[in-house]
Amino acid sequence: MDIFLQQLVNGVTVGSVYALVALGYTMVYGIIGLINFAHGEVVMVGAMIATTLVVGLAGAEPGAVSAWLMLAAALAAAIPVCMALGWTAERFAYRPLRRAPRLAALITAIGVSIILQNVAMMIWGRNYLSFPHIVEPLVFQLGGARISLLQILIVAVAIAIMTGLLLVVHRTRLGTAMRATAQNREVAGLMGININTVISAAFLIGSALAAVAGVMVATYYGVSQYTMGFMLGLKAFTAAVLGGIGNLAGAMLGGLLLGIIESLGAGYIGDLTNGIFGSNYQDVFSFIVLILVLVFRPSGLLGERVGDRA
Amino acid sequence: MSRTNTSSKREPVSLKVWLGVAMLGVVLAILPFVLGMAGQSWVRTLNFALIYVMLALGLNIVVGFAGLLDLGYIAFYAVGAYVWAMLASPHFGLHLPFWIVLPIGVVMAAIFGALLGAPTLKLRGDYLAIVTLGFGEIIRIFMNNLDAPVNITNGPQGINRVDTFALGDFVFGRSQEMLGFRITGPEKYYYLLLFLVIVIVVMCVRLQNSRIGRAWEAVREDEVAAKAMGINTRNIKLLAFSMGASFGGVAGAMFASMQGFVSPESFSLMESITVLCMVVLGGMGHIPGVILGAILLSVFPEVLRAVVVPLQQAAFGEVLLDPEAIRMLMFGLALVLVMIFRPAGLWPSAVRRRELTSNREARA
Repeated sequence: MDIFLQQLVNGVTVGSVYALVALGYTMVYGIIGLINFAHGEVVMVGAMIATTLVVGLAGAEPGAVSAWLMLAAALAAAIPVCMALGWTAERFAYRPLRRAPRLAALITAIGVSIILQNVAMMIWGRNYLSFPHIVEPLVFQLGGARISLLQILIVAVAIAIMTGLLLVVHRTRLGTAMRATAQNREVAGLMGININTVISAAFLIGSALAAVAGVMVATYYGVSQYTMGFMLGLKAFTAAVLGGIGNLAGAMLGGLLLGIIESLGAGYIGDLTNGIFGSNYQDVFSFIVLILVLVFRPSGLLGERVGDRA
Repeated sequence: MSRTNTSSKREPVSLKVWLGVAMLGVVLAILPFVLGMAGQSWVRTLNFALIYVMLALGLNIVVGFAGLLDLGYIAFYAVGAYVWAMLASPHFGLHLPFWIVLPIGVVMAAIFGALLGAPTLKLRGDYLAIVTLGFGEIIRIFMNNLDAPVNITNGPQGINRVDTFALGDFVFGRSQEMLGFRITGPEKYYYLLLFLVIVIVVMCVRLQNSRIGRAWEAVREDEVAAKAMGINTRNIKLLAFSMGASFGGVAGAMFASMQGFVSPESFSLMESITVLCMVVLGGMGHIPGVILGAILLSVFPEVLRAVVVPLQQAAFGEVLLDPEAIRMLMFGLALVLVMIFRPAGLWPSAVRRRELTSNREARA
C-alpha cells in the first residue's frame, strides 16, 4: 500500500507536468489541427535556460540569492524566450502552410523540432546539465508516502496555471474568440475575429505553459539535455489524445492519468510478471494505454464523438 | 515513368525514351566505380541511399497510395534486419542461406504489418499516425530489453558478426578479383541493392496501375465512397500495410547483411520520420518523386558532412561549430523550406498537383 501511495504521488507530480505540456498541444491542435512536434523542444529550451540561469546564480555567490528568487528568475527568463520561439515558429513556419495539405505542415513541424534541437545542442553542448539542489529537500509524510516540498510546489503551480487557463478560455473575449476559431475558422473570421491573432495567442500561451513545464522538469529531475524534449513531447501528446485532443479539461485529465499509469506500471510490473519485465518497460505503458484508448474510444476520454476525423 | 495511362491505346515508346533509359542504365552501372575513386565511403553512402529508396517506396504504398499515415514504419525494417541477424549469425549459431532467411524476413515483416495494421483499421489521420508511432516505439523498446530472461535480441548491444549476403561461393561482403578488375564489397552490394530496387520499382508501378492500386487510391480519396463501390476496405488496407511492411523487411535484411551488425539504435523514431520526410518531400504517391526524395535526403546529409568541416577550416582556420549539429540544422531547414515553397513535394504527380491547385480552398 505504501508503494502504491508513493507511486501515486510521483505519478501525480509527473502527470501535472505532462498536463501542462499537453495543454499546448491540444490548444494548437484544436485551432489549426496541427500536431506541433516542436512543442517538446520548447519545453527543452525552457529547461535549459532555467538550468543555465540557476547554475549561474547559485554558483556566483552561494546563498546570496534565495531559492525562490532564483526559481522566479528562471521562470522570468524562460517564459519570454519560449513564447518568442513559439510565436516565431507559427509566424514563419506554420502560417504559410495553413492551407497546404496537413502532412506538409506536419513535416514542417518536424523540421522546426530538428532545428530547435540542434541549435540547443550548439548552445549547450551534448552533455547533461545538472540543476543545483536549490529547493529545500523538505519531506512530508502522508500515510506512508513521502512527498517533497518540490512535488507539492509543482502540483500547486500546475493547478493554479490550469485554473487560470480555463478562466481565460471560458471567461474572456480572447477565450471566446479561441473557441469560436476552433469550431469553425472561416465563420469565426466572418464574425470579425482576427484569426491570426487568435492562433498566435494560442501559440504564445502554449509556449508559456511549456516554459513553466520546462522549469519544473529541470528542477524535478535535476538534469536536462538537448534531446529531452522529444520523449516528453511525445508523452504529452499521448496525454492530449488520451483525454480527447482539442479539449482542455481532457488534456489535464489525460496528463494526470498518463503520469499515474506510468509510475504505477513501472512500480508494479516487476512483481506482476515475476521479474520477467522490469521498469525498463515504463515507456511501453503509455503507448499501450494510448493504443487501447484510441482503438476502443478513438475520440479520447472527454472528446466529443466525431464521425469523420480525416 | 509511372503516370497512369488514361488512354487505352498505348503510345509507341519513342527513341528518345529508349536513349534516356539506356543512358540512365549506363550511369547506374558505372556509378560505384566513379564514386569509388573519391573513396569507398561514397559507395557505402550510395548503398544506404538505395536501402532508403526501398524503404521510402514501401512507405509510399502505405502513405502515398492508401493514404494511411504511418509513423512506425521503421519497425518493419527492424523486423527484417533482426530476422536476418538471428538466422544468420553466431548469436543462435544459425547460418542459414539467404534464400531461406530473406523470404522468412519478408513474410515476418508482412505479418507484423498486418498485425499492427489490424487494430488501427478504424482510425484515420493523426490518430493513426500516433498509434503507429506507439507500435514502432514498443517494438524498439522490446528489442532493447529482450535480452533477459531469455536472450533473444541481445538487448542494447545488438547482434554482432552477422553473415554477409552470399550466392554460393560468391560472397558480397569482401573484395575480390574479377575479370582483371578488383571489385570491393560495397560495390558488389551496390549491384545487389540496385537489382532489388529495380524489382521493387517495377512492383510498385505495376501495383499502382492494378485493381489493387486503384482500390488504394479510392480508399485514400474517400473511404466511405470506396466501401459503397464494393471495395473491401478492411482487406485492402491490411494489404497496404503488409505490402509496405514486406518492402521494409527486404530493406532491413539487406541492412543487416551489409552492416554485419544490428542494434535497436538503428530503428529509432527519428528513422521513421526521416523515411516519411523522404516520401512527403519527394511527392507522395509519385514513384519517381519518392525515389528522388529518398536519394536527396540520404545523400544530402553525407555531402554536408564532407563539406562542413573543410569549409569551416578554410573560413575560420578551425572547427567552430559541431559539424553534426550544422548537418542536422540544415536538414531541418531544408524540410521547412521545401514544405513552405512546395507543399506537394519536390516532384508531385500530375494528378495530385491538379488537385492541390483547384481544391486549395475546399481542402483547408
